[in-house]
Amino acid sequence: MIVEGKVLKFGDKIDTDIIIPARYLKYTDPQYLAQHAMEPLDPEFYKKASAGVILVAGKVFGMGSSREQAAIALKAAGVRAIIAESFARIFYRNAINNGLPAIVLPGVSQVINEGDYVKVNVETGEIVVNNQKVYKGRGITGMPLKILESGGLLDYLKKVSVQNQGGN
Amino acid sequence: MPQTLTEKILSRASGKSVSPGEVVEVNVDIAAFHDLTGYHVIEVMEKAGMLKVFDKQKIVIAFDHLAPPPDVRSAEIQTQIRKFVKELKIPNFHDINLGILHQILLEKYANPGYVIVAADSHTTTSGAVGAFAQGLGASDVAAAVITGKTWVMVPQPFKVVLEGKPAKWITGKDVALKLLGDFKADYFNGMSIEIFVREPSAFPMDYRATVSNMGIEMNADALMFVPDEETVNYIKINRGYEPNIIRPDEGAKYVDEYTIDLGKLEPLVAAPHSVDNVKTVNEVEGLDVDQVFIGSCTNGRISDFEIAAKILKGKRVKSRCIAIPASYDLFKKAMELGYIETLVNAGCIVTYGTCGPCLGGHFGVAGPGETIVSTSSRNFKGRMGSNDSKVYLAGPAVAAASALEGKITDPRRFS
Repeated sequence: MIVEGKVLKFGDKIDTDIIIPARYLKYTDPQYLAQHAMEPLDPEFYKKASAGVILVAGKVFGMGSSREQAAIALKAAGVRAIIAESFARIFYRNAINNGLPAIVLPGVSQVINEGDYVKVNVETGEIVVNNQKVYKGRGITGMPLKILESGGLLDYLKKVSVQNQGGN
Repeated sequence: MPQTLTEKILSRASGKSVSPGEVVEVNVDIAAFHDLTGYHVIEVMEKAGMLKVFDKQKIVIAFDHLAPPPDVRSAEIQTQIRKFVKELKIPNFHDINLGILHQILLEKYANPGYVIVAADSHTTTSGAVGAFAQGLGASDVAAAVITGKTWVMVPQPFKVVLEGKPAKWITGKDVALKLLGDFKADYFNGMSIEIFVREPSAFPMDYRATVSNMGIEMNADALMFVPDEETVNYIKINRGYEPNIIRPDEGAKYVDEYTIDLGKLEPLVAAPHSVDNVKTVNEVEGLDVDQVFIGSCTNGRISDFEIAAKILKGKRVKSRCIAIPASYDLFKKAMELGYIETLVNAGCIVTYGTCGPCLGGHFGVAGPGETIVSTSSRNFKGRMGSNDSKVYLAGPAVAAASALEGKITDPRRFS
């Protein structure tokens, strides 16, 4: 699974209240959420991300609340993958569960810049920057990869349940 | 091999001996959600075509984020969940009049050694009684509600020791902020914190709940107090039975160890816009405060109201002050003890059963340019309302003293 796009860059500790403020949580519609993604930091984020982007961020990306709308909003806004120094545990799971690849690469803030073009091999964690430099992040394997490839936990559960029924 | 509390709990729950770093499937003892995440959990279950629960007795639902509903959509969300509760005959349902989910879990359901998952990050609160409690997103909780199972990466255990007795006005909030200030919000990523209290009665359950609650702000996978006589007493008094105690083995291996001398702590605050931007109260003293919030799943317990009442008795607040006990039972107790009357006479707005102000929901949303002192858990940009507001997190003593003076105030002036 390869994803690619231009980089939008953020700093450390991007929390879920920034990714999607609480006042929007009464809804789950991806398009509605996407319009408000990252709003407190950059109200223009939705427009910038719409062409399809890779987010690069610092430490504990997605810290804070368990709101799954954070992952939904980013994906619907056009984010194809997130590469961060580290992720908050709940957000990481929510991202995978919604088919949004999350790659850990310590030191990424120093080596990838806003506007760079990156190509990410989700499984191996290999990241190619501007068709030149190659970095090795933590790839996604095992069950999380199966969930990602299915498009998310929901589709994965459906698939598993159909397979189980088929076997009976 | 001697095991830590984390390893013991996850070994039991997974049916095999686990080690840190391993990914294991575990049986959950409780799966829970509230109104705001609940409709999302149910939506995922419906879309998956699996509207069923693994064990009715092990599902807990409480309405708190939208309680009482501030608008039609909130009311609609609650109506949908009440329908789910009725159709699936869920017995452990707590409507808008009963309190905040994490407090209800602590008062009525959480036991030492349990694995608890809920669709809210502050699920870590149940770690106060020694439960391995994690917040999860709606999809993961939906899967746990259906199957009774979830997966866990076994965290690296980190040992914290609390020594001595806290000085006057020092509570659990100062311990949580001390850990955040010293280690910062990213250090405990992938770890579970196990806290040993040397003098169990010197650090009561209320304080433990605050520290466990803020375990998620430290980005710990879990924050658990090692069960002791304080744990046993709390459960005995609240529920009338003696719980089975689970403790780490002698000689269990931790990645590291850290000791806090409670006697040496001073009142701390987290300045905007980060939970780990920790300062002593004296460093920010004198800043004008528009609104004070005493409450939330972090600090809405009896000892918080006792402290606020002590500081506010017979006086009038200068800032707007909103006070919210975390549950119906706590509200009643605070009423019997006269704390509610004291706070109301001091000019506070007192209600119960809602998370409202903590997440900028309702009952006290921050306006542009306002400065808030809050006993809740987060001061992220825009968390309590306007992006241009500033939130200082503090314990109940700093909050009450600041409300009284209309500016950030060291409570030690009131000893």
